[in-house]
Amino acid sequence: MRKAMLGEAWRAMGANRLRTVLTMLGMVIGVGSVVLMLAIGQGAQYAVAQTISTMGSNLYILISGSTSASGLRSGGGGGPTLTVADGEAISELDGVANVAPVHQGTQQLVYGANNWNTTVVGTTPNYLEARAWTLVSGYPFGDSDVRSATRVALIGQTAVDNLFGSDDPLGKTLRIRQSPFVVVGVLGRKGQNLDGRDQDDTVIIPLTTAQRKVFGTPFVGSVRLMMVQATSAEAMPLVEKSLTALLRQRHRIREDQENDFYLRNLAAAADSAAETTRVMSMLLGAIASVSLLVGGIGIMNIMLVSVTERTREIGIRMAIGARQRDILTQFLLEALMISVAGCLIGLLIGIGGALLTNALTDMVIVISGTAVLVAFGVAAAVGVFFGYYPAHRAAGLDPIEALRHQ
Amino acid sequence: MSEAVIRVVGLGKSYTTAAGLFPALKAVDLRVDAGEFVAIMGPSGSGKSTFMNLLGCLDTPTHGDYFLVGRNVAQLDKDQLAVLRNRTIGFVFQGFNLLPRMTLEDNVALPLVYAGVDRDSRRARARQELGRVGLADYASSLPSRISGGQQQRVAIARALINSPPLILADEPTGNLDSQTSEEIMTLFAGLNRQGITIVLVTHENDIAAHAQRQVRFRDGRIVSDQPTPARESA
Ligand SMILES: Nc1ncnc2c1ncn2[C@@H]1O[C@H](COP(=O)(O)OP(=O)(O)O)[C@@H](O)[C@H]1O
Ligand SMILES: [Mg+2]
Repeated sequence: MRKAMLGEAWRAMGANRLRTVLTMLGMVIGVGSVVLMLAIGQGAQYAVAQTISTMGSNLYILISGSTSASGLRSGGGGGPTLTVADGEAISELDGVANVAPVHQGTQQLVYGANNWNTTVVGTTPNYLEARAWTLVSGYPFGDSDVRSATRVALIGQTAVDNLFGSDDPLGKTLRIRQSPFVVVGVLGRKGQNLDGRDQDDTVIIPLTTAQRKVFGTPFVGSVRLMMVQATSAEAMPLVEKSLTALLRQRHRIREDQENDFYLRNLAAAADSAAETTRVMSMLLGAIASVSLLVGGIGIMNIMLVSVTERTREIGIRMAIGARQRDILTQFLLEALMISVAGCLIGLLIGIGGALLTNALTDMVIVISGTAVLVAFGVAAAVGVFFGYYPAHRAAGLDPIEALRHQ
Repeated sequence: MSEAVIRVVGLGKSYTTAAGLFPALKAVDLRVDAGEFVAIMGPSGSGKSTFMNLLGCLDTPTHGDYFLVGRNVAQLDKDQLAVLRNRTIGFVFQGFNLLPRMTLEDNVALPLVYAGVDRDSRRARARQELGRVGLADYASSLPSRISGGQQQRVAIARALINSPPLILADEPTGNLDSQTSEEIMTLFAGLNRQGITIVLVTHENDIAAHAQRQVRFRDGRIVSDQPTPARESA
């Protein structure tokens, strides 16, 4: 019985092929765009999650200078307000896992005939731990290197590619501002950060070496930046409070004065970036859903036309024994078949479009089984929902009225 | 005495028109027993089709009672009526009313779909009925490929497929030439000899001559009801 009806629905679809195809097109476009948009949205979410995982967890950046409504401005007009001693004091606080003072700037690296401008980071060994940065070869420098300001360097992948090409950089000597540095370690690849900067375009050297031999700052022992890592996400509010109190005390800031430092919560920034992409992908999905809705209305429209055109047929069927539910089932099946067929084609096109997007751009695309299932379920629901009204109308026809219809 | 196939008592039907209520059928009484072949006659507009639609449970009367094989149809809901039509009545229409996109075999088998018969039996019985009306070779043709007379034979095969006790035919030869009409009527007469009760509308005496009993309508009433007179030589 059901099988016979499926066959009839199939025949009805074939009876007016152009119309069926045009009706299906609405579903094809609807499902296709939902699948594509979800793939792009989920891809963006995945990319952000990936980036966040390279950042290091539970991190603060402590920045020298005070903040105001207009942003950051330099404190007191003089040099950096944060000192290495401040860092040591902070590392004694409860809930603090790592503190790494940073002095960084852009410098030209030279190796043989090659040169390359990159970010030179002068810091302490804690930096690698705070950023969860591992080496692919060699060893990190230690506290003794910082104490005696040795000329050693850890080099990022982008700098390796541009300076050394296919040579192994380990043990080679490169020059920063004429000073020779021995490459003792090669950093693992991290990719872009949340701001889109290449994190691998860098060289890490001991803080003391950087201040004395590379940047030549008059404020040795003071820095503009410090990475502060909390032991856990739960510890972060406490760290924020105790660190602020400690620094205000150490810097002798009066009650009515602003802080001469600024604590930026990278975990919160990461959360908001993740939230932004989540909202964006939801928005994309929602916009695409509108076309699914339009596709559904198209089906309803055509089914209504079809019911009117086939009124006499419905009358004949009723005369020879079709019950109301038989007619209802017949037209619902037709609507469902159109939407499911449209959905299948739409899925293929959506997935194809996603793969093409992936091939032609560097956008990350994630096609999840759930998204596909949801699109399919929604399409079926659209078929039933928009097919129901025309089918109900057909089933409710009066046999004799329908038979008289020309 | 066995229950009549058709028994109507004071049956009437008024249509609502722009000009008000129009009584197309006025208090008709009729009884048709099993095995009868009744021709309904009368001028155009006398209410024959109105009456047939009521007999076919396609329309509902404004007053009066109708008992089909003993059941008071007024007490049945729409779906019960559909089942009753499916099992009890075979319809033959003036305009054949085959479904144009279905093969003849599928057209003939359609009542069995609604009777819940499985596919293989449907097919076998449809072929058998097509054979009975002499169209076994056309099982997989479409209705548009055969003549009007052949289409009406297919419609008769469809009417027969569920072995109904009653066939209702409203001017089944109205669209056919006289020779084809004659063939169709011979077919009906044969079915009647096999025991099927037939009620058939026509306004042609030649056609009505095949029936055993002739009921005449005028202005929504039965004006005469008598056995078919002996046939004059042509
Ligand atoms: N659906 C309808 N609405 C209004 N009047 C109708 C309708 N059907 C038939 N009539 C009228 O009822 C009368 C009987 O019609 P009908 O039963 O078709 O007659 P017959 O079949 O004997 O020619 C006619 O006057 C016709 O105009
Ligand atoms: Mg008529």
